[in-house]
Amino acid sequence: MRAERPPLPVTILAVLAIAFFVLPIAGLVYRAPWATALDELTRPEALTALRLSLVVSLAATALAVLFGVPLAWVYARVPFPGKNVARALTTLPMILPPIVGGVALLFAFGRTGLIGQFLDAGLGLRIAFTTTGAILAAAFVATPFLVLTVEAGLRSMDRRYEEAARTLGASRWLVFRRVTLPLIAPALFAGAVLSWARGLGEFGATITFAGNLPGTTQTLPLAVLIALETRPEVAVMLSLLLLAVSLVILIALRDRYLRFS
Amino acid sequence: MRARLVAAVVAALIIGGCTSPTAAGSPQINDVTVFAAASLTDAFNKAGDEFAKTNGRVRFIFNFGSSSTLATQITNGAPADVFASADEANMQKIVDAKLTDGAPALFAGNRLAIAVAAGNPKQVASLADLARPGLVVVLAAPTVPAGRYALDSLAKAGVKVTPASQELDVRSVLNKVALGEADAGIVYVTDVLSAGARVGNVAIPEQQQVVARYPIAIVTGAKGRQLARTFVDYLIGADGQRLLAGFGFSRP
Repeated sequence: MRAERPPLPVTILAVLAIAFFVLPIAGLVYRAPWATALDELTRPEALTALRLSLVVSLAATALAVLFGVPLAWVYARVPFPGKNVARALTTLPMILPPIVGGVALLFAFGRTGLIGQFLDAGLGLRIAFTTTGAILAAAFVATPFLVLTVEAGLRSMDRRYEEAARTLGASRWLVFRRVTLPLIAPALFAGAVLSWARGLGEFGATITFAGNLPGTTQTLPLAVLIALETRPEVAVMLSLLLLAVSLVILIALRDRYLRFS
Repeated sequence: MRARLVAAVVAALIIGGCTSPTAAGSPQINDVTVFAAASLTDAFNKAGDEFAKTNGRVRFIFNFGSSSTLATQITNGAPADVFASADEANMQKIVDAKLTDGAPALFAGNRLAIAVAAGNPKQVASLADLARPGLVVVLAAPTVPAGRYALDSLAKAGVKVTPASQELDVRSVLNKVALGEADAGIVYVTDVLSAGARVGNVAIPEQQQVVARYPIAIVTGAKGRQLARTFVDYLIGADGQRLLAGFGFSRP
């Protein structure tokens, strides 16, 4: 790319745009109790939320990979009627207000929900108010990121390797595992990391569907909200932690999420 | 050409954002922004309508939430004209931050009740029943007035409850019960009344009761100060008290 001298209005507006995003972060950094930062982060309520958030976000990512990769493969390779509608439906959680997602999850998997009533009556299985519920909420909002990224990766890969493997007698399943997956590994990695970050930040669907209980469903973002009213220092430090993690992810991935999606 | 267009749009947005949208000549509509405890939702919506009938061009902007959230918002500079809290502790935060215009006044009282699914299928009869294993009980978070009152009440009854969730305000507790997601929750008497047939009511006996007292105050620098004052006087006065009583609130 050739460096270009931007017109003055463009420069001014671009700088304002950067300021708009940087100032809130600066606000957090300014308010942060740096002297006691480690104490705040190692308070029991913070540690409990941290541990739970790790479990929930990693489990959600695992679900996203397990179900998202096959879905992306179908989207990229198999023509079927209504594919655009199906793709729109599975992308919806990306732009849906998370609270709406939470309400929808409740009406599907809640105790009186579409599926939930049978799970509850038949199996005695309860999802709302459990860590499983928090994981489902996170997976619901996180999976679309993986699907979009992996589908783009599948579309841009060189398919001749797969064809060569097939002519050499490899089964479809073997080709998928030994040729396709390694070839899309970068897209898969980027998608997994993006969906992990989204799952880590999930709030609205979690509070609506899974509730808020320390150690069970109170993930980092929920702990931030509660701490804001009782121990603002903890809230600020937890916010900075979430922010730092997300920032590291975005910097490490550089423009990968742009290239694949 | 295009740059000029962009500049014009930006300028229009900036200017548009700075000037008041009321057209010259049309009578002024006065906004009153009221931050009120979630349990006041129905009562205040109605009170706003009633007040507007006799006080002309007033528009209420309500922000309902847990009193602790609202207090945090106000101390961080949220533009409230009136603050009505479900407890005195959160009002005190505003007083301590020197953000009240005049002393807060108590204007309502409330009591606790157990909300259960309509028809009470789990046959909950008392606070002690909430400790029953397998019963899904939700409470408001201990940071929220309703959550603290609930813990006080449970302590008086000598009952230890493991909640399935600590909701962010009392209305979320009510909704979880109304949706059938929880078997029972401790809310205010007024919440059970407002839910009508959607939930059942289990009374809490007098010796285990906790009385909630609601203070109200004008927030410093209120834009609609005069109108806000009139609204507070209306709530404290006979008409306001009658309206609040209709929603199940007691005198403070």
